[in-house]
Formats: sequence, structure tokens, C-alpha cells
Amino acid sequence: MLSQWFPDEFTLGIAQAAVAAAFLLLFSFFLLRIKINLFKEILIAMLRSLVQIVAVGSVLILVLNGPIVLGGLVLLGMMASAAITAARRVKNIPGAQRAVFFSIVLGSGSIVALMTFVGVIEWKLESIIPVGSMMINGGMIACALGLERFRAEVQAHTDQIETRLALGAQPKIATDEYVRAAFQASMIPRIDSMRSLGIVWIPGLMAGMILAGSSPLYAGIYQFVVIAMLLVSSGVSALISVVLVQKRIFSKADQLLLKSTDDVIVRSR
Amino acid sequence: MPGRNLKVKSMQPVVELRAVNRKVNGYSILKDISFELFVGEVLAVIGPSGSGKTSLLRVINRLDEPTSGEIIFQGEDYREISPVELRQRAGLVMQKAILLPGSVADNIRFGPAQRGISLTDQEINQLLKQVDLEGFRDREISNLSGGEAQRICLARALANQPQVLLLDEPTSALDEDSRAGVEALMAEVIREQKIPCVWVTHQLSQAARMATRVLVLDKGKLVKVGKVDEVLNAQSMVS
Repeated sequence: MLSQWFPDEFTLGIAQAAVAAAFLLLFSFFLLRIKINLFKEILIAMLRSLVQIVAVGSVLILVLNGPIVLGGLVLLGMMASAAITAARRVKNIPGAQRAVFFSIVLGSGSIVALMTFVGVIEWKLESIIPVGSMMINGGMIACALGLERFRAEVQAHTDQIETRLALGAQPKIATDEYVRAAFQASMIPRIDSMRSLGIVWIPGLMAGMILAGSSPLYAGIYQFVVIAMLLVSSGVSALISVVLVQKRIFSKADQLLLKSTDDVIVRSR
Repeated sequence: MPGRNLKVKSMQPVVELRAVNRKVNGYSILKDISFELFVGEVLAVIGPSGSGKTSLLRVINRLDEPTSGEIIFQGEDYREISPVELRQRAGLVMQKAILLPGSVADNIRFGPAQRGISLTDQEINQLLKQVDLEGFRDREISNLSGGEAQRICLARALANQPQVLLLDEPTSALDEDSRAGVEALMAEVIREQKIPCVWVTHQLSQAARMATRVLVLDKGKLVKVGKVDEVLNAQSMVS
């Protein structure tokens, strides 16, 4: 219907965005009526996302016509902001941000590089940037989940960890089982989404490819490729980040620094 | 007894604290603590809760770091010893009996395994015999009473062949019978193996039964250290 009134892509886009925003506002008003006040938050999130995505779209217009090095820089910037977001989960651990950045570069970056080299990702910015951003996003989510779980496991098992230390165990041995638990937790959403691919959801990339005119069969297979890469890059990122943070929760004299909150209260009396 | 004390005094202390302080978030938890511990001694540490008794043991085991001061372990600054080795040599038994997942034997094996030593079943049986728990080797830790768990913790610390034992109210969670059992057992271990011992307790009567010397802590400060009867008489007159 809208395309009849707005023949060119730009005005059509604005009209479609306006309709989506109107639905969102309507829904927020409805929530207000049933005394759930998310109006301000939804409004801010909506405006933010719109500005961000339009800005990215505009940058992409410039970047996609630029040299391939530019793509690398864009991805690097994305990795930095992903690291800042994921490291929020372990605020009280010094150097966590750097550790997460390093693990996303190694996990997501190396997979994108490898896949581009092999030819699974085409050697052009139109492929590298969107697929790369998906890998970085996956890495970020896996790191955040893994680190959050690791923090919770360590704080819940302070006694056990210190018992092992007091018996002469290296910090690594005292905490390895929590690294494993954290890593497994970080992988659950990836494995579930791989398992349910096509049945529960048709991911954005496949939908986009079909909308852009690719054959649904190829779009589907390519989506599998992307999901498989996502699992590997998320896994590598999460594992590296948790292992790096594992070292940082101990002092140089092998003392556990990340204590449970009530523990701190007891000892500071 | 007096003869032994004289002999002991002429020897090097096993552990010596020199003006040890520990502060956390601006709070002084230990203030200027100095004392020596000799072979064959049992030093009871008493004081109200929050006086720094547990912190003192944690600092000696180096689970916590002193803010200032020195700790000399058998003539050596303890910062020169790797934390892993130091903790094997200064065996800590915590107030809560925390057992590691698995069987009783897994727990006993844990410490020596960290140094690449694997205990034989016979050695484990021997350790369990010391704590009066023969036949418990293959029990799962979920099937133990509080007293049994605490004694396993003791056997687990002894398996490391420590040169000093740090006991943090090891009988506080036990009923009267188990308490008497653990005390008798410790008295035997200390007598046989001559392991010096820092024994944190809140019971003056236990200090009187077990210790050769008593150290009184209050708000992180060393109030008094001396022979059992001198300190405890003064203490009971105050309280």
C-alpha cells in the first residue's frame, strides 16, 4: 500500500519507519494504561536506535565505496564498543575491558579473516561488514554471558575456592570448574538457536537475502554457514575472555580478590 | 614442662609476626601484631567476635595480605616463599567445614596432589585413623555429620604435612561429645607430631585445656600474650 504512494526508496523508508514508530508509541500508551510505565525508556530507545542505524547506514554509503582497509577499521571500532558493553558485567575486575576486547578480536576477528580468506565471506565490504558485525555481536553476547556466570559462580563458591587455595592449590586449579560452567552457560543460546534454525525463527540475514531477491534455498544454506561461524567465534571469544578474567580475580600472591558481598561485610567489621 | 620451655626458647621460632597490620577499606582489622610461635607450642587466640582472630590466621596462611609488617616463616620472610608452598606448610582449618565435592578420599588426596604426590589408600587410612574415622575413605561427603566433616578437614590439613597448624574455632559447630573428641585428637596429634599450633577459640575453658600460651585480641589489637594461667586469670577477673 505504502509503495503506491511513495515510489522512491528514500521516502518509502521514512514512511515505513513512521508507521513502525506509530505502532511502538501506541503500544507504549497501552502499557501506560495498564500502569506499566516504560514510555520514556521505549521512546529514548526508539530514537536512539533510529539515529544510530541511520547514521550507520549513512557511514556505510561512504565506506562501501571506499578501500577495504576501511572495513577493518569499522569492525575494529565495533569490537571496541562490544568490549565496553560486555565488560560491564564484571565492573569490579581491573583490566576486564582490555581482556574482552582482546578475546573478541581473537574470536570474532580471526573467524571473519579466516572465512574471508577461504571465500565463505566475499572479499568485498558489502559482505565483510555486515557478517563481521554479526560475529562481533555474537562474541559480545557470549562474553557477557560467560563473564556474568563466572562472576556469579566465583562469588557463590568463595569458601570452596579459598579452601583449595589454603590447601596449596594454584588459583587456576581452584577455579577451573567455574570457567567450564561459565563457558557452557555462554554457549547455550548459540546451540539452541542453531538447533531451532528455520523451525522457530528465520534469521534476519536470510530474510534480508530473500527480500533482496536471492533464492530462498541459497539464502537458507548461507544462513546455516553464518550460524555455524557464529557458534565458533562466540565460543572462542567467550572462552578466551573467561580464561583471561580468571587470572585477574587473583592478586600476585594468589589471593582471591572477587569476594561475595556478605563476605566483605563480615571481614570489614 | 619448664625445662621444655627453656629449650624451646633457645630455638628459632617457627612463625614470627613483626608489627603486622591489615587494613580493609580504611578499617584496621589487625593493628601492629607481633608474636613468636615455637615448636611444640599451642598458642590460643581469644577475643570477642570481630576482634581479628580469623583475619590473623588468614594473614599467616596468606589468604589475605598484610598492609604492613613482616612475617617470618622458619627464618625466611614469607614473601620469599611461593604462596602455594607457604599454604602447604601453614595448614589452615577453617571454622566452617568446607569439603570439596567427591569422596572423603578425594578430599584427603587434594593437598598432596597439588605437589604431584599421590597418597596411597594405606596412607589415607592412616590419616583417617588419626582423626578416628577409620573406614570412611570411600564415603561421599554428602553423607557426613558436622563433627565428621570437621575431622575430615583436620585430616585433610594433616595430609599436607604442615609445619604449623592454624585452627579457626575447629569445634565451634560441634556438640559437646564431638568437641571433646576433636580436642583429644588434637592433643594427641600435637604431642606426637610436635606441630606448633595457633588455635582460635572463643571459649576460655578450651584455651585453658589446650594451650601452652594465650594471646588476647581486641578490635584488631594484641592486648596480652603470655602463659595460660597468667593471661586467663587476668582475663576472667576482667570479665
